[in-house]
Amino acid sequence: MNWLIAVIQTSLFAALAPLLAGWIKWCKCRLQNRKAPSLFQPYRDLIKLTNKQPVVAEQASWLFTIAPYIVFSATVLAASIVPLIAVDLPTSASADVIVMVGFFAFARFFLALAGLDIGTAFGGMGSSREMTISSLAEPAMLMAIFTLTMTASTTNLSVAISHVLNDGLVLRPSFVFALFALIIVAIAETGRVPVDNPATHLELTMIHEAMILEYSGRHLALIEWASQLKLMLYGVLIANIFFPWGIAETFSAKALGYGLLAIFGKLTVLAILLAVSETLLAKMRLFRVQEYLGFAYLLGVLGLLSYIILEASR
Amino acid sequence: MSASNWTTEFLDQLLDATIAVEQISLPSTTLWQIESQHWQQFATLAIQQNIRWAAGWAEHYQEQFFINACFEKQGLYVLVRTILNAVKPELPSQAAVYPAANRSERHTQDMFGINFVGHPDNRRWTRHKAWTKHHNPLRKDFPVQGEPEAVTPPDIGYPFVKAYGAGVYEIPVGPVHAGIIEPGHFRFQAVGEMILNLEERLGYVHKGIEKIAEGRTPESLARLAGRVSGDTTVGHCWAACRAMEQAAGIEIPPRAALIRGILAERERIANHLGDIGAICNDVGFVFAQMQLMRLRELWLRSQAKTFGHRLLMDCIIPGGVNCDLPEDACLVMEQEMIRLKIELDEILLAVDMASSLEDRLYTAGYLAPEIAAAFGALGYVGRASGQKVDVRRDAPYAPYDQVTFKVPLEKQGDIASRFWMRSKEIDAALKLIKQFIGLLSPGDLLADWKTPLPGSEGLGIIEGWRGEIIAYIRFDSDSKIARFYPRDPSAVNWPVLEKLVLNNIVPDFPVCNKSVNGSYSGNDL
Repeated sequence: MNWLIAVIQTSLFAALAPLLAGWIKWCKCRLQNRKAPSLFQPYRDLIKLTNKQPVVAEQASWLFTIAPYIVFSATVLAASIVPLIAVDLPTSASADVIVMVGFFAFARFFLALAGLDIGTAFGGMGSSREMTISSLAEPAMLMAIFTLTMTASTTNLSVAISHVLNDGLVLRPSFVFALFALIIVAIAETGRVPVDNPATHLELTMIHEAMILEYSGRHLALIEWASQLKLMLYGVLIANIFFPWGIAETFSAKALGYGLLAIFGKLTVLAILLAVSETLLAKMRLFRVQEYLGFAYLLGVLGLLSYIILEASR
Repeated sequence: MSASNWTTEFLDQLLDATIAVEQISLPSTTLWQIESQHWQQFATLAIQQNIRWAAGWAEHYQEQFFINACFEKQGLYVLVRTILNAVKPELPSQAAVYPAANRSERHTQDMFGINFVGHPDNRRWTRHKAWTKHHNPLRKDFPVQGEPEAVTPPDIGYPFVKAYGAGVYEIPVGPVHAGIIEPGHFRFQAVGEMILNLEERLGYVHKGIEKIAEGRTPESLARLAGRVSGDTTVGHCWAACRAMEQAAGIEIPPRAALIRGILAERERIANHLGDIGAICNDVGFVFAQMQLMRLRELWLRSQAKTFGHRLLMDCIIPGGVNCDLPEDACLVMEQEMIRLKIELDEILLAVDMASSLEDRLYTAGYLAPEIAAAFGALGYVGRASGQKVDVRRDAPYAPYDQVTFKVPLEKQGDIASRFWMRSKEIDAALKLIKQFIGLLSPGDLLADWKTPLPGSEGLGIIEGWRGEIIAYIRFDSDSKIARFYPRDPSAVNWPVLEKLVLNNIVPDFPVCNKSVNGSYSGNDL
């Protein structure tokens, strides 16, 4: 039964990710005074891409063709660790948050290799930039997560969330720092404005898109889907760790239903905030990203310190 | 008074240097003919006097080659010419003195097979693979349809500049881009993300404008000129018509001149609106782009309504204009301009307050005034770097001789400067249109065409929205065109881009490029 719910939860994750992407797009369009495409446009795009035959460069090796599958599977596995509508699921018990970061690193490693594999200038350039940014983003992310896990004395997300729920509404300075650090990292890791522009057509400014320029057909569909999944995953992480209320602690149909509604509401609000910030900000110069992520790291460290100074002895 | 001074003084200097100058009077153009061996020496003396090289082209005429270069100082244009015989055409290069003449001479070399001795870089330029080295498309014996192969082979093997060293890598970009823009190839050498060198490779939209112009009637040539570069259709059409009118000795009616002025300023506003938005889009600030696209679209729609074409194509014809501006349309236009100004001010205020946008635009893509001067940068690119060339003010032509206006000038030279220059030019253009509407009085729209004498020539110089446009026309018998050469300001501004991106990072190139916004089509011809 528990495993069944875990599988359903992960499937929901994958199924809803394009909807979230569509919702963000919708909000952005409205904020720019434009007519928006349908919320289901990302699904149509994925189906369209899946039905197209992928075009693979002559120089591409096997790595190029398997990378999309690896990236997608790793992202789905990472999603299975994060509690979406219920805590205490067997998948989240078997792996902790460090494993999740590991899955991300694994997926990114293969994507960067695939970018280099075809030997175009853009692929190499994108891989180089992606690695530069992730080398800065990963420590910052770990710092933020360590702050959380120190409070709950565990690296298991499910346990940490239960701990926050049981503690009730307590204002923890360390959590505030960690929240902002995680938001900054999430924006960088998912390639959103102001770090990267997912909608750009300018090859030279791309980071994530430059790596996948040569992909087409179902390969591209998988990578796009994985990116949408990753975006949703960060959203859920932020929503459920810092605002866990509503998540199902028992596996009754009612609790699960409320859990689903709660995460819908939280992601809707988060997406609006993202769309607003993307409308207000221009993309930053590439070499500003290190200052930006350095700031996230600093927030993570401050979170740790404030936990030790203010909260640990309590 | 000052204008006639420099030519007299300069002629004395040429005399001292034993350069024989034959002064030929053309209608409204000064033509100096010199010996071909003095071609480079002339340039050396000219550059010492800060005379600007403006354009260069050749012509195959009566079994001889006419090599022309147009120079300008203080608003006075001088056409310098030398004649080569067709057996072994070669002459010393001016590009060794004027870097701006570089690509123009390479174009002449590719199209006529004329050898410029001492040219610093005589690789092929306009010639890709559509014709061979031994074919010279602009010679009269070359057929208009050319001798094309079924499929043009890919242009591989062009000797790009190489850079060597640890960590230096090369990024080829284009000619096919991810966005909907014109084709052009850019070759970067970079260390990390820092641009060491940029080399442009253009010519992918070579349409053979110069060749297919030959033998056309004036009306047909005006239509062709309107298609040199789609976004400058009024500018090129006006320049070509002005050249033809000069050659034929036609004065256009005052009402036609005023309407031409309104058309040209409307074109300027439309393109600047688009550019301001596009610059914002290139740094991911989409909100501003959407708003400016909306303003531009409304502007274009009202042009379609008033003048019959969104981009104002074919509104200017030889001898005048073929559209009128009735009084009620003037009123509508005045209200439209007031609305545009209010909306634009509101949007630009929001843009000005966006500090993340400011961070991208300021100090990036800096063009030093000295480099701008060395290349003779034109239009908003030049004016943002202290180059105050503006034909409307320096060499005023109807209707600009009847109005007063200010030409904005800045020395800051970065993307932000070129960005705000556009907004200032929109303001100036709005005021100009208002003055022109006030001056409109009933009258003819079209002067009668007079058949020019065979061999008569004209040089039409006007200020398009990108800057100074020079069009040269020579007539054959029966009002047929013998030679047409349009010099788009992009041809001068493209090399400047190679310089202003140096020491910027690779991801900043698109916005640097957009801030210059050269025309590929206008450059390739």
